[in-house]
Amino acid sequence: MKLYEYEAKEILAKYGVKIPPGELATTPEQVRRIAERMGKPVVLKAQVTVAGRGKAGGIKVAKTPEEAEALARQMFGMAIKGLVVKKIYVTEYQEVEREMYLSLIIDRASRKYLFLASPIGGIDIEEIAKKSPEKIKRVYVDPFEGLKDFHVRSIVSWLGIKPGTPQWEQASAIVRAMYRAMVELDAELVESNPLAINAAGEVVPLDARIIVDDNALFRHPDLEKAFEEDPRDVTEFERYAQKIGFNYVELDGDVGIIGNGAGLTMSTMDLVYHFGGRPANFLDIGGGASRDVVREALKVLLSHPRARAIFINIFGGITRADEVAAGVEAALKEAGTANKRIVVRMKGTNEELGRQMLAKLGIPLYEDAETAAQKAIEFAKQ
Amino acid sequence: MTVLVGPNTKVIVQGITGKEGSFHAQRMLEYGTKVVGGVTPGKGGATVAGLPVFDTVEEAVRATGANASVVFVPARFAPDAVYEAVDAGIKLVVVITEHIPIHDTLRFVNYAKARGVDVIGPNCPGIVAPLVRVKLGIMPNNIYQTPGRIGVISRSGTLTYEISYQLVRAGFGINTAIGVGGDPIVGTDLVEAALMMAKDPEIDAIVAIGEVGGDAEERLAKLYAEGAIGKPIVAYVAGRTAPPEKRMGHAGAIVMLGSGDARSKVEAFKAAGIPVAETPIEVPKLVAEALKRK
Repeated sequence: MKLYEYEAKEILAKYGVKIPPGELATTPEQVRRIAERMGKPVVLKAQVTVAGRGKAGGIKVAKTPEEAEALARQMFGMAIKGLVVKKIYVTEYQEVEREMYLSLIIDRASRKYLFLASPIGGIDIEEIAKKSPEKIKRVYVDPFEGLKDFHVRSIVSWLGIKPGTPQWEQASAIVRAMYRAMVELDAELVESNPLAINAAGEVVPLDARIIVDDNALFRHPDLEKAFEEDPRDVTEFERYAQKIGFNYVELDGDVGIIGNGAGLTMSTMDLVYHFGGRPANFLDIGGGASRDVVREALKVLLSHPRARAIFINIFGGITRADEVAAGVEAALKEAGTANKRIVVRMKGTNEELGRQMLAKLGIPLYEDAETAAQKAIEFAKQ
Repeated sequence: MTVLVGPNTKVIVQGITGKEGSFHAQRMLEYGTKVVGGVTPGKGGATVAGLPVFDTVEEAVRATGANASVVFVPARFAPDAVYEAVDAGIKLVVVITEHIPIHDTLRFVNYAKARGVDVIGPNCPGIVAPLVRVKLGIMPNNIYQTPGRIGVISRSGTLTYEISYQLVRAGFGINTAIGVGGDPIVGTDLVEAALMMAKDPEIDAIVAIGEVGGDAEERLAKLYAEGAIGKPIVAYVAGRTAPPEKRMGHAGAIVMLGSGDARSKVEAFKAAGIPVAETPIEVPKLVAEALKRK
């Protein structure tokens, strides 16, 4: 679950970090009133849970309340990487002296927590890594021993801050708060970019991002509730699929994809792409494919606005082909007519029986995925 | 020789009274695995698939001499099951369970490793060694009937079966196949699995199946280029068309902070001199060529 900037900042504030004054608005009038109250230039920040919103016009500075309202009118309803702006976080504009980067992740190779710190920031970490990799410091934290004082010292001094100054204390507090957020919220990522030194000489997280582990949401009922009310970057389709128990990701092509297992489903998408087609989605029905699961998955894609043909790729050791065929049959029956062509590739038991059942529906069953992929692409073009 | 398991591997199934646990205990027995019992707290004294059920791993180990375990326990209780197995003296724990919180996995994997216990998974299909007919996991038995000299390591389940099937169909046999798991943190990653297979003189070539997310493929490529593997690797990477910041089914299959996309993995393999198959069906052909070059 991706938290909004304002939620991430509230969490850091709860853990003792001083954050720039800001308020959340859902209408242009509200934006104006907040700007009036602040009585200073403000920054309008679109609350969308994707990185790179600044470049997409999701961050604007307004000198007056009138300007703030006018900019908000443009910003509300705007789509940033497919996400519609419904909330704007209005913060006090701060003159910035220097921008830094700080994030905390779980490192796969060392199996430890890992801080990434850079005295230059405000641009994506991948850009920093490309332009000046020597600026990135890695500090590993043992999950059993936890954050030690020397970790904090090592990070803060790398950021270019002098010991014994108020900045040193402020930056140290931010490092500790990020670590607490990571552990206490079951986060996968806690990031502040830019972490800034403002004109007043204070260290402040100008932006903050937290991603919480979906598998641990049961330990955080408040977040679970917030997600229920507002699923953020999860589309309606993805959400519906999740409820049934599928893994679903929207893509932009016209060949609908159903596979079993994450790797095989990705491989199926890649196969379509390899032969010159474009996958419309990723739909992984998971382990054993019963007729009910196949039926529900196919129904999702039959009603998909962009998918013009559907490619079902099942590799089952113990899955039965007749069971898959029965699922296809049931989905078509419920949908009334088959408005799109379907191609099935399937390895499993009872293949001959499955082939006969599908043949009656006018659906070919293929033994190899390559031929099936090419057929599906051809159907999508018709 | 095979990797991690052998003729003396004696297996208990944690969560044996559950639907998955009992079903797969039976399949493992049919495959030839020495499954000696199961554990479900509160169900001690019962029998599943002809096997005795114990309340604790400690009792199961005492009664059966088990040295390996397969965990089918639901996500909220699975970490506890792993700690219990480690403290009871089990030497290999295979965690099939999906959806375990990553901070929990981070801790139990470190705990096990510090005590010399190997963990495979979580969120994995397990390990199968046709050469000795031992399976700890959920792989379909019918794919793994042909023993041979190829090692398969993979971050994906069904794709492992698919590629194993293609290998067998092309006339190859499999020594050991390890599905390392689809989570960001796993007990044995692609690199560690490859290093184990590198040491096994009865494995001629390794097929490495990667996917988006993390940097295990890049690290493996680097080791190979440095000469640490010493035998051919053939790779396949799933997710070339995966969009950034979206989780592709597996918790670990995500491109984050600009790292982990398929292109970087394919390029790393190629730069290291590891052939990369464009499609699963191409894998056996590349293996044959790699063995010829050897």
